[in-house]
Amino acid sequence: MQLARVIGDIVATRKDEKLVGLKLLIVQPLNADRQPSGRPLVAVDSVGAGVGEHVFFVRGKEASFPFYPVEPPVDAGIVGIVDHWDLG
Amino acid sequence: MLLAKIVGTVVATRKDPRLVSNKLLVARPIDPRGKAEGSYLVAVDTVDAGVGEIVLIVSGSSARMASGLKDCPVDAAIVGIIDAVEISE
Repeated sequence: MQLARVIGDIVATRKDEKLVGLKLLIVQPLNADRQPSGRPLVAVDSVGAGVGEHVFFVRGKEASFPFYPVEPPVDAGIVGIVDHWDLG
Repeated sequence: MLLAKIVGTVVATRKDPRLVSNKLLVARPIDPRGKAEGSYLVAVDTVDAGVGEIVLIVSGSSARMASGLKDCPVDAAIVGIIDAVEISE
C-alpha cells in the first residue's frame, strides 16, 4: 500500500455498469517527506475519503475487494484515511 | 486507473479468438491536468469510446473484470468516458 493525498475528482457519465455509484478520486502518491512522488492516478474510494485528505491506497485487483461480491474493474483503491503518521 | 486520450484505432485480423469482436484503440496516457505522458498503449474498449475522447483505463488483471472481458487475454480496458476532471490544489 502507498501513502497519497487526494487532489481531485473525476466525473464520468458513461462507464462500466459495475462502476456506477462508486467515487473516483485523483490521488498523488507521497514520499516520506510528504512531498509528491510519481504520477497522480485515479483510485476508487471505499472509505469516504475527500479532496485534501491523506490516505493510503492499494494497487492491483485487490482494489476491488472492498466491494465483494461485486467485482468492479478497478486497479487502484483507497482503503484508509490517515489520521497521522510518524517516522521514527 | 489512468486517464488517457484516444488517439487511434487498431485493426487485427489474426488474433486470439477471445479478442474477436472487441474494439481495440490506441491511447496516450495524460496527467490529470491534460499533459501527455508515458508511452502509447492498446486498450480494449467496453464503453463505445472514440478518437479524441478522454477515457478511464484500468490495467493489469483488473482489466478482465470489465464488462464482457472475462477470461480474455487483455491487460488494459477502457471502462469510462471522462466528462470532467477537477483538481483542487
